Amino acid sequence: MTTNGSGQSWVLRQVRPLGGDAVDVLLADGVVAAWRPPGSTSPDSEGLPLGTTVLDTAGLIMLPGLVDLHTHLREPGREDAETVESGTRAAALGGYTTVFAMANTNPVADTAGVVEQVWRLGLDAGHCDVRPVGAVTVGLAGERLAELGAMATSAAEVRVFSDDGHCVSDALLMRRALEYVKAFDGVIAQHAEEPRLTAGAQMNEGVMAARLGLPGWPAVAEEAIIARDALLAGHVGSRLHVCHVSTAGSVELIRWAKAKGWQVTAEVTPHHLLLTDDLISSFDPVYKVNPPLRTAADVAALRAGLADGTIDCVATDHAPHALEDKETEWAAARPGMLGLQTALSVVMETMLIPGHLDWAGVADRMALAPARIGGLPRPAAEGWSSIAVGAPATVTLLDPSPWRVVEADTLASRSRNTPYAGRSLPGAIRATFLRGRPTVLDGKVV
Amino acid sequence: MKGHLLSTEDLSRDDALVVLDTAERMARVAEASVRKLPTLRGRTVVNLFFEDSTRTRTSFEVAAKRLSADVINFSARGSSVSKGESLKDTAQTLEAMGADAVVCRHPASGAPHRLATWVRGSVVNAGDGTHEHPTQALLDAFTMRRRLGRVDGLAVTIVGDVLHSRVARSNVWLLTTLGASVTVVAPPTLLPLGVSSWPVEVSYDLDAVLPKSDVVMMLRVQRERMSAAFFPTEREYSRRYGLDVDRAATLPEHALVMHPGPMVRGMEIASAVADSARSTVVEQVANGVSVRMAVLYLLLGGSGEVS
Amino acid sequence: MASAAASDPASRRPGIARTVLSADDITRIVSRMAHQILEKTSGGAGVVLLGVPTRGVPLAHRLAQRVHAVEGVDLPVGSLDPTMYRDDLRLRGVRPLEVTEIPDGGVDGRVVILVDDVLYSGRTVRAALDALAAYGRPRTVQLAVLVDRGHRELPIRADYVGKNMPTSRRASVAVRLREIDGADGVLIVSPEAGLTGAAADPGELP
Repeated sequence: MTTNGSGQSWVLRQVRPLGGDAVDVLLADGVVAAWRPPGSTSPDSEGLPLGTTVLDTAGLIMLPGLVDLHTHLREPGREDAETVESGTRAAALGGYTTVFAMANTNPVADTAGVVEQVWRLGLDAGHCDVRPVGAVTVGLAGERLAELGAMATSAAEVRVFSDDGHCVSDALLMRRALEYVKAFDGVIAQHAEEPRLTAGAQMNEGVMAARLGLPGWPAVAEEAIIARDALLAGHVGSRLHVCHVSTAGSVELIRWAKAKGWQVTAEVTPHHLLLTDDLISSFDPVYKVNPPLRTAADVAALRAGLADGTIDCVATDHAPHALEDKETEWAAARPGMLGLQTALSVVMETMLIPGHLDWAGVADRMALAPARIGGLPRPAAEGWSSIAVGAPATVTLLDPSPWRVVEADTLASRSRNTPYAGRSLPGAIRATFLRGRPTVLDGKVV
Repeated sequence: MKGHLLSTEDLSRDDALVVLDTAERMARVAEASVRKLPTLRGRTVVNLFFEDSTRTRTSFEVAAKRLSADVINFSARGSSVSKGESLKDTAQTLEAMGADAVVCRHPASGAPHRLATWVRGSVVNAGDGTHEHPTQALLDAFTMRRRLGRVDGLAVTIVGDVLHSRVARSNVWLLTTLGASVTVVAPPTLLPLGVSSWPVEVSYDLDAVLPKSDVVMMLRVQRERMSAAFFPTEREYSRRYGLDVDRAATLPEHALVMHPGPMVRGMEIASAVADSARSTVVEQVANGVSVRMAVLYLLLGGSGEVS
Repeated sequence: MASAAASDPASRRPGIARTVLSADDITRIVSRMAHQILEKTSGGAGVVLLGVPTRGVPLAHRLAQRVHAVEGVDLPVGSLDPTMYRDDLRLRGVRPLEVTEIPDGGVDGRVVILVDDVLYSGRTVRAALDALAAYGRPRTVQLAVLVDRGHRELPIRADYVGKNMPTSRRASVAVRLREIDGADGVLIVSPEAGLTGAAADPGELP
């Protein structure tokens, strides 16, 4: 790929939208301005705006800009682990154009003030759009509702509310939250974990936990909450989103809830699509995550659920942690994994290459569906839902052919806790455009 | 193989037998008039104990000193460890002290595995959380072999809080590797959910199993388990799973009663049984020294490479 | 966990093996050594034979049998493993421990004769002397070896030598005994031509 100057307009020469036939795509004035015959465009072609840059993007796949419903940016509070700037830089390099920043910061994003602060930091950084998630309860304490309406009407326009990291375990409080956010078309994103069943839990309860002597995190702790919340959402007619679904049983429950016609959506993380709990025999806390890595049978069910749409989308649960929170004994380590810069590669490996999804399916699960669930503002949502002429030029270009060995030290995150270090993954993001402006070119942040 | 002893699960039958055979030789040393050997002169063994265990620490200390190693006791209490120093920092400190072996006891499962990635010396797991306690299992197997002449073919029954027991885990792997058939007996709440994948029989009925047992190993049951609803009362536990005099009488004539200690007398084992002739509780302590000498010798007695 | 490895240097080295003592030779030599022991110890008075494992142990038993055949005396026989007293443990992988079996009556005040197959650097014997001290204080300690191949690194000499066998340091001497190896014989294994450097293993001490 070469650039010959910086202009407001770009031609993506011989790019393959959604992996289809090659075409020359003109991005101008922040929108997809024209599709032209493949290879027909050169810098001196007629009809190009002044200063158009022609990029040789032959062989690259064009997708709508990716949307992550579940990112931990750690700011404010743990700027040593990640900042809005470093996290969104990682996001852009991973092909993302919007990330939803989880509320479990310090202070917690449970007021209009905090969500606006995070939103502004995102604007300042400029690598991608940052949509703050508001806490459901004050301080994530699960006791009383945070000012959900104030966050919704703030500049940050919060639509997704979550106590992620903690479960809204009180059934009555959960019911109220589900009902309350209907007023502004909000959604409650539940971290499904019955706390009494997971006290002290360290890993998936099962064969490996029995061997390793680590207290088990049973699948039923997730499934019991999903079943309860689906029933509540159906009862009050509200939208429920289930975070990081990790078990085969959860997939079944969500399938059941959708069959009932209830407004239940769900996400799965890349790591739950790829990794299993037998990795923990090394006791390396890089594999510690919540919900925990499960079994191969769960992985298969999650892939099938994502393929058939039972699970609506992929969300990274990008969770940076400082070295001292990971280079410890297992029990002392904090749960969480980096995900933004590896998500698309993992989805390629687990879904695309085995044939569970085509490129259009990948675009749906990683861009369109999360945009819908997250309630992105209408024009933008339409933009994200399309890369046709007239849509906002918010796109991601990737080279599907190379395999690369992940090196923790080369990631943009401030933290190093990737479970994929040393592993070879397919695909490489070459460029990301946000409303016509490149945030990544040649695989580097602009 | 790198020179660590972290678990019995990854110990091959041959390696386990080498440890037991070597321990037998070490036990002979105890019969010499001079019981100290120059074997590990100039080597440094660090006892790194994050949990109080005078019994295990002393056993390793005696073993190391009989082999003339220098011993440093580094306990969590009263050191920087209790002031929030991380395990990794501690590892680097030990490294700087030139530790050839680190004997590690830690309340977190897997801590010695982590330690082994941070130090150059050999790491010996002296009990990690609810994971493993390999030298305890080795000394248990050694005790069985000395008393009954073999481990292969023995019917061994392990009774009690298997869920939280590192001793049970290490024994299950080691004894089955050595050819014993193992039955675990406990209330279902005190068995791990994944126990069905273990190479053992599971029973909830102690009375049915005892007459067929060559060895019965009683595990300590901590009273605080009651508060977490693992069982209703101490009395009920004791009635269903305690080894009292009447139950012990149903054991075969030759059968051994073992306990890794410390015992809760009256709870899982009656005093009269613990002190009976079939009890190995005291010789388990002596055998512990021989087994730990063997482990230290096998880890530190050569160049560090397998010839 | 490191495995203790037993190894027979002669059998795993490439080279040319040459038999230098036959089974009959060994029988004659053992017989002569038994006579020498009786002569030097006034009929075996107070003698304890301690074989150094592995092949010193059957040799000690053979000497005792010959002494019994000649004189009708039963000498106590045991074994003494010097491994944990060696000064060269760190030069190679862990050595397996062998049996130490001190005969009833112990060694205090006795004439202990250490029996080994090959005397080379002398380090094994030095270690055996230390090991012996842990079991008591003999009146005298003597040394009997089937083969003395020279190259001493310590001031040690044998009291009874079956055969002096000058050798190159690069060669190795392999004693075969039927109790362990199925047949008797002593072989010299010379390194193959052109492999001079390869066979000179500094860790390969007797």
